[in-house]
Amino acid sequence: MEKIGKYKEWKPDLWRVPSACGLSGFINRDGGLVSGEVIIDSMRVMNERGNGLGGGFAGYGIYPEYADYYAIHIMFESQEGKHACEKLLEDNVVLEKMEEIPKETSERITDPPILWRYFCKPRVEKILECGKSEDDFIVDLVMSINTSVPGSFVFSSGKNMGVFKAVGFAEDVGEFYRLGDYRGHAWIGHTRFPTNTPGWWGGAHPFNILDWSVVHNGEISSYGTNKRYLEMFGYKCTLLTDTEVMAYLFDLLIRKHRLPIEIACAVMAAPFWKDMDSAGEEERRLYESLRAVYGGALVNGPFAVIVGFSRGIIGLNDRIKLRPLVAAEKDEYLYISSEEAAIREICPKPDRVWAPRAGKPVIGMLKDGV
Amino acid sequence: MPDRFLPSEFIVNVDHQRCRRCKRCILNCGFGVFDFQNMTTADSSKCVACHRCVVFCPEEAITITRNPLAFREHASWDVGLRKAIWKQAQSPGMILTGMGNDKPWLNIFDHLLIDACQVTNPSIDPLREPMELRTYLGRKPARLEIEYDSQGKPVLRGAVENNIMINVPIIFSGMSYGSISLNAQRAIAIAAERLGTLMNTGEGGLHEELYPYANHIIVQCASGRFGVHSKYLNAGVAVEIKIGQGAKPGIGGHLPGEKIGREVSGTRMIPQGTDALSPAPHHDIYSIEDLRQLIYALKEATGYKPVSVKIATVHNVAAIASGIARAGADMIYLDGFRGGTGASPAIVRDHVGIPIEIAIAVVDEQLRSEGIRNMVSIIAAGGIRSSADVVKAIALGADAVAIGTAALVAMGCRLCQKCYTGNCSWGIATQRPELTSRLDPDWGAERLVNLVNSWSLEVKEVLGALGINAIESLRGNRDRLRSLGLDPATNEVLGVRPAGM
Amino acid sequence: MDGVRQASRSEEEVKVAELDARGIHYKELNEKIRSLIESGYEEIVLNGVNGQRYIGDGLVHNVRIVINGVPGNDLGAFMDGPRIVVNDNAQDGVGNTMNSGVIVVRGHAGDVIGYGMRSGKIFIRDDVGYRTGIHMKSYREQVPVIVVGGRAGDFLGEYMAGGIIVVLGLSSDSKDLVGHYTGTGMHGGVIYLAEEIDESKLGSEVRIFQADKTDIERLNALLAEFSDLTGLDVSKVDPRSFVKLLPVSHRPYGNMYVY
Repeated sequence: MEKIGKYKEWKPDLWRVPSACGLSGFINRDGGLVSGEVIIDSMRVMNERGNGLGGGFAGYGIYPEYADYYAIHIMFESQEGKHACEKLLEDNVVLEKMEEIPKETSERITDPPILWRYFCKPRVEKILECGKSEDDFIVDLVMSINTSVPGSFVFSSGKNMGVFKAVGFAEDVGEFYRLGDYRGHAWIGHTRFPTNTPGWWGGAHPFNILDWSVVHNGEISSYGTNKRYLEMFGYKCTLLTDTEVMAYLFDLLIRKHRLPIEIACAVMAAPFWKDMDSAGEEERRLYESLRAVYGGALVNGPFAVIVGFSRGIIGLNDRIKLRPLVAAEKDEYLYISSEEAAIREICPKPDRVWAPRAGKPVIGMLKDGV
Repeated sequence: MPDRFLPSEFIVNVDHQRCRRCKRCILNCGFGVFDFQNMTTADSSKCVACHRCVVFCPEEAITITRNPLAFREHASWDVGLRKAIWKQAQSPGMILTGMGNDKPWLNIFDHLLIDACQVTNPSIDPLREPMELRTYLGRKPARLEIEYDSQGKPVLRGAVENNIMINVPIIFSGMSYGSISLNAQRAIAIAAERLGTLMNTGEGGLHEELYPYANHIIVQCASGRFGVHSKYLNAGVAVEIKIGQGAKPGIGGHLPGEKIGREVSGTRMIPQGTDALSPAPHHDIYSIEDLRQLIYALKEATGYKPVSVKIATVHNVAAIASGIARAGADMIYLDGFRGGTGASPAIVRDHVGIPIEIAIAVVDEQLRSEGIRNMVSIIAAGGIRSSADVVKAIALGADAVAIGTAALVAMGCRLCQKCYTGNCSWGIATQRPELTSRLDPDWGAERLVNLVNSWSLEVKEVLGALGINAIESLRGNRDRLRSLGLDPATNEVLGVRPAGM
Repeated sequence: MDGVRQASRSEEEVKVAELDARGIHYKELNEKIRSLIESGYEEIVLNGVNGQRYIGDGLVHNVRIVINGVPGNDLGAFMDGPRIVVNDNAQDGVGNTMNSGVIVVRGHAGDVIGYGMRSGKIFIRDDVGYRTGIHMKSYREQVPVIVVGGRAGDFLGEYMAGGIIVVLGLSSDSKDLVGHYTGTGMHGGVIYLAEEIDESKLGSEVRIFQADKTDIERLNALLAEFSDLTGLDVSKVDPRSFVKLLPVSHRPYGNMYVY
C-alpha cells in the first residue's frame, strides 16, 4: 500500500487511468432490505467486462443503528497514517464508534490496506466556527484527508450507506467484505477494466462523496474541462480517474445547486441544440440557459453510470448512448445494468425490461414515507 | 477573376532541341500534364513532380523545377498557409492530402545516436559470424514449466502457442487494395513470402489471387468490415483489428466511388461505384471491454489465431496499450504521427498524434512496469525510413517495425502526396488499368526484397559494432542509445541519456 | 458428451442435441457446440443460457441453434450459415458482421444489431436499441435483411451501404417508431417504416418516398416470414401505408474536400 503515497504525488493531469467496465444496481422502492449476496450474483455474470483489477459495491440502508451518523470508511497504508488521520478526525468530529471493517481472508484479494470505519458527527463548535452545513463540513474534511494526510484515503462518507471496494473481480471483492452479512434497500456494483493498473484500491469503483456513489462505464472525454470546472467550487480531483468528476458533479448540481435530478441529468447529458431549437419556447429557453450556465458540467464521451444516493438510484447514459444500459422492473424493484443477463440472473422474470434512451435518466426512488 | 488563381507548384520544361517527339511523356503522365501540338507541350499547373516523365524520357529532355515565383517573406504566414486559404476560399472543404506528415516537426530518430564497442568489449564481424534477426510475434507466457519424464528428458508444459516467426524484424504495413493497386499488393505479397516476413491486407479485404500467400499475410478487420468473412478471417496467420492509423487518428475514411471498380468491389464485397465509408470508430468498440469482446469474437471465429490491434499513437498511448494487452491482444501495432495514408485531411495528418519514438518508449516502459510486456509484441510503424530507424526503434523497445512508405518508394513512389487523386503514374496508388498495368509485381517484389535485405545487412553490421549477435539483445536496450540535442523532458520520456552521460 | 441429451425429431429425422448451458463459460459452451456440429447434430438446443457470448460466432455450418434464455453479446458474429432462434431477449451486437444465416429473437435486442452484416436475415420480434443495421451492405446477390417488430433507437441504418431494414412499430409502448439521426450517412439500401416520420429525425443523406408495388410485394413476403418465425401477429400491418427511406447519393461525402 505504499502506492497511496506515491500516487498522490503524481499529477492527475499527467496520469489519468481510463477504464471501462460492467455495472449493475437495484432498489427496493418499498425500502425492503436485501442481502448483499444478490448484487454479487448479478455482477458475477459480467466478469467478461472486467479484468480483475477492480471491483466494488455500495449498499444503502445498511447501517440502520447508526443512521444519523456519517459512516466514514478509510483505507490506510500504515499504522502511522492511521494515527495521523484519527488525530485529525478527533479534532473535527465526535466519534460514536470506530472499528475495523469486517473481512474474510481471501486468496484472490491480496495486499489489503488497513480498512477501518468511523461513525461520527461533526463537532458543534467546528460547525459554528466555519459557518458551513454539516455536509459541506464533511466534504471539506474528506478532501483534506485525501489530499494532505499521507497514506490515508476516505472511500465512503455518507450516512446509513457504505462503499466496499478493492483490486480484484467483483465477486471476490464482495466475498472479501462479507457483503452477505449486510442488508440494504439499494445496492450498486461494479467490475472494472482499467487500461493500466496502479494496483491501487482507491481506484476501484464506486466513487463516493457523502451519500453519492457512482459506478461508471466508459471514458469521459471532457474530463479536463469537468475537473477544472469542479475545482472552481472547491472540489479536488485527486483520484486519477474520470469517474470521480461524476460523483462531484451530482453532489454539486443536486445537493448544492438544488437542481432536480432530471435537470441535473440534462446538464450532464445535454440535449442537442437541434432538438432544443425545435422544442417549445419555454423548454428551449430552459435548456439553452442550462447549456450556457453549466457548459463546464457537460459530460462528453461514452458513459453509462449508476448513481446511488440516500433516496434512490439513477441510471444515466451519454447523449448518444455509446455505452450499454438496460433497465427492468418487477413489483417494487427497479434494476439497472450493463447487460440484461445480469438482471435476469437475480430477477428471472421481470415485469418489464427496456433500454433507456440516451441522456434520459432511469430513476428509482424510495416511496414517500419510507 | 482568372480560373487559375493559384500559381503552379512546379514548372515543367521540355527541351525541344532534345525532344524526339516520341510522346512517352504523354503516355506516362497520370496527371495529364503533356499534350502534343506540333511539339510537346506541358501544362505545369497539373504537375506533381512525380518524375515519371523524367525517368521515361529517352533524351532527358524534361526538367522539373520548383516555381521560383517570389512571395513576400513572412515568418508567420508561410506560403503553404496562404495557399491553403486561397484554396478554401475558392471552394469549401477540408484540404485533403496523401502520404505522411510533411511538416518539419522534430524528428527524434535523427537525434539518437547508436553506440559501438571499443576496447572494453569486442565488436563482432557479421559477415563471418552468426548474426540472428529472427523474431517471434505474439503472446508469450511469463514463465515456462519444465518437468523431467521417466527417461530424464525435459518436457515442456504449456508451450508458446500461436507465435508467428519472421526472419527479419521488418514487416510490411497495412495498405489496402483500393488505396493501392493489386499489382502493388502482389509485389508486397511475393516479397513477404521470399523474405519470410509478413504483409498486411489493410482494410480492403483479400483478393482471391493473394490467398496463396496467406501464410505471410495478416488480415485486417477495420470499422468498415470490407471483405470480412469467415474464409478471409481464417486465411491469414493473424487478424488485425485496425482502430486507427498514424496519419489520421480518430477519423474514418472515404475511398471514393471511382476507385471501386469491379475487382475492388469484389474484394471489398460492396457495389461498384459506391463510396467505401469507413466509420471513425468500430461501432462495436466504444470502450476497452468492447475491444476485448471483438478480440475474443475474432478468436472464437478463427480457432484462436493471434490478434493484433493497430492504433495511432495518441497522447495516452501507454495506458491504451496496457488496456489492449489486458484485453487479450497478442500484438500491438503502433502507428506514429508520421505514418502514411492514401488520403487524410491535412489538419489531422499534420497536427494529431505523437511521434512513434515517444510511443515505443512509453508503451514498452508501461508494459514492463506492469509486468505484462510478455503478453504482447510491439510493432512500430509510422516514420521508419532507414535501417538506422529500425535499430533505434527496436532499441527503444519495439519487437519489430513495419514499413509502408519506404516500400512504396522502393517501387517508384516519389512522395508527390497525391495518392487520393488515383492518378499515380507509378501504378501504385491508383486503380486506373492503364496505370496499374505498368507496375510489374515481380519487378516490384525484387526491389522490395533488395531493400529489406539491404537493411538487414545494415542492421547486422550495426549489431556487430554493438557486440550483439541476436536482435533480442537490442530490444529495449536503451543503454546503447544516446541523444543529441533533445530536451531533458524528452530524454526522460525516452529513457535515453544525452550523449556524454 | 457431458450434459448433452440426445433426441431426434422423428418427423423430419433431424438429429437434435440438448445442452444445459447454465453456469458454463462461453469458451467451453462454444467448443461443445462446435464438437456437436462435428458429430453430425443438425439442431442444438441450449437451455439456461444467461449472458454467454459469441454463440454461433464464425460458424459456417447448416445447423439450427435454439437458445432458451438471454444470450450474451455478439450472438452470431461473423456467422455464415446457421439459423439461430432465441426464445427470449438478446443483448448487444447480434449478427455482428454476419455473412449469411438467420437469427430470430422472440423478444427485444440491444444496441448495434447487424453491424456491417452482408447477407442473411435478422428478425427481432420487439424493440431494438441504438445503431441497428449500422454500415450494413449488400454485394451482388447478397442482400442483408433486418426486420424489427417493435421500434428502433437513434442512428438506425447509419452509414448503411446496402440491404433492407423494416421497422413495424408493433408490440411496443414507446411512442416513436424510430429515433433521431435515422439513415445518417446512408448511401445504399432501403429502410421501410410502417408509418410516416418527421423529417427532423432523418439524416441529411436520405429522403422519404412512398412504398411502390415492388416494395409492397417484397414487404408482404418479409412480413409473412417474420410472422412465421417470431410468432408475432402482423395481420394489422398494411405495407401499402409504408414509407421508404432512400439515400440521395451513393457518394454522400464527395464534395467535402479541396485539393
